[in-house]
Amino acid sequence: MRDLNQLKPFHLDVLKEIGNIGAGHAATSLSTLLRRKIDMKVPNVRVVPLQDLPDQVGGAEAEVAAIFLRIEGDAPGSMFFLSEIDQAERLIRSLIEDEDFQLKQPPFDQIGLSALQEVGNILSGSYLSSLADFTKLNLQPTVPGLSIDMVGAVLNYGLMSISEVSDHALVIDTHITEADNESEETSGHFFLLPDPDSFQVIFKALGVDVDE
Amino acid sequence: MSEVIKVGMADLKLAAPPNTIRTSGLGSCVGVVIYDEMTNISGMAHVMLPDSSQSKQVTLNTAKYADTAIKELFNKMIAEGARSYSLKAKMAGGAQMFTFQSGSDVMRIGPRNVEAVKLALKQLRIPVLASDVGGKSGRTIEFDPVTKKLHIRTVNQGTVAI
Repeated sequence: MRDLNQLKPFHLDVLKEIGNIGAGHAATSLSTLLRRKIDMKVPNVRVVPLQDLPDQVGGAEAEVAAIFLRIEGDAPGSMFFLSEIDQAERLIRSLIEDEDFQLKQPPFDQIGLSALQEVGNILSGSYLSSLADFTKLNLQPTVPGLSIDMVGAVLNYGLMSISEVSDHALVIDTHITEADNESEETSGHFFLLPDPDSFQVIFKALGVDVDE
Repeated sequence: MSEVIKVGMADLKLAAPPNTIRTSGLGSCVGVVIYDEMTNISGMAHVMLPDSSQSKQVTLNTAKYADTAIKELFNKMIAEGARSYSLKAKMAGGAQMFTFQSGSDVMRIGPRNVEAVKLALKQLRIPVLASDVGGKSGRTIEFDPVTKKLHIRTVNQGTVAI
């Protein structure tokens, strides 16, 4: 199933459920880490033209802290955790208990960066391991990379393997927010971007008819 | 009134004065500008991948690959009245946005894009007058067909013109 237009609404529902499970585990991990209650919003599952993907997170030039990793194994894909600069700063400050940490202007404090990388590691790891448990697929994350830069630049780097076969990506987007944060600012987005050949594998693992 | 013509990912467009032409958030992608020094006809492509022969797509998006995008941009400009002997090029992008411990080759896409763009331009005998490629930063670029300057903005180093 390389043609994403063949996906039916119930296929998207299945993928949404997958996103829910993964993000639920990630939210729990983050709650434990920060000792605060973290909520997650029901993910959006959409087929998006590659060109429009940066618009899902504030436009190509918006600055973000991005964690990117490849998923290897039975159903390869890419995964991003994107967080606005302000939100990432807040997250790190509370983790390393240093109110002076900033991501606006380099040089960045190495301890802070490595804390952020570790958060990315924990979040994406818990997301992915719950997916692996659920689907019984062998999914292994690569060591995540970290970049503080423009959304467009960060995303197009992670879209290569998808762009070789398609002009569209299936995005399983999840928002993670702090429960007691009344401004309801988004703390982060998970983007799960399965490679086109992986859909069939995922659906098969879940016992969903692919060609119905 | 001048406007800014926007080029998306895997997209290419032409521009003529007083309009400028721009593409945002280049990472491993390469932004290529070709312009005619005499007529000021200009074009920009936002190239994602080096080689269309690697494509597994049924319908080929020619603007996505260095080899096909440069050729198409060239043809469009000639059709608009540009003269092949006075064409020049500038380029930016091809960054390595993330560093990984395991150096998988597929992640070296930035440098490969740069090489492929250079080769395609060379085959059309279009000289590259300026370039800002590689590094670890994303870039937003804007070209002004009148001044022939390519303005490059990065998140932490401000804007430069080449």
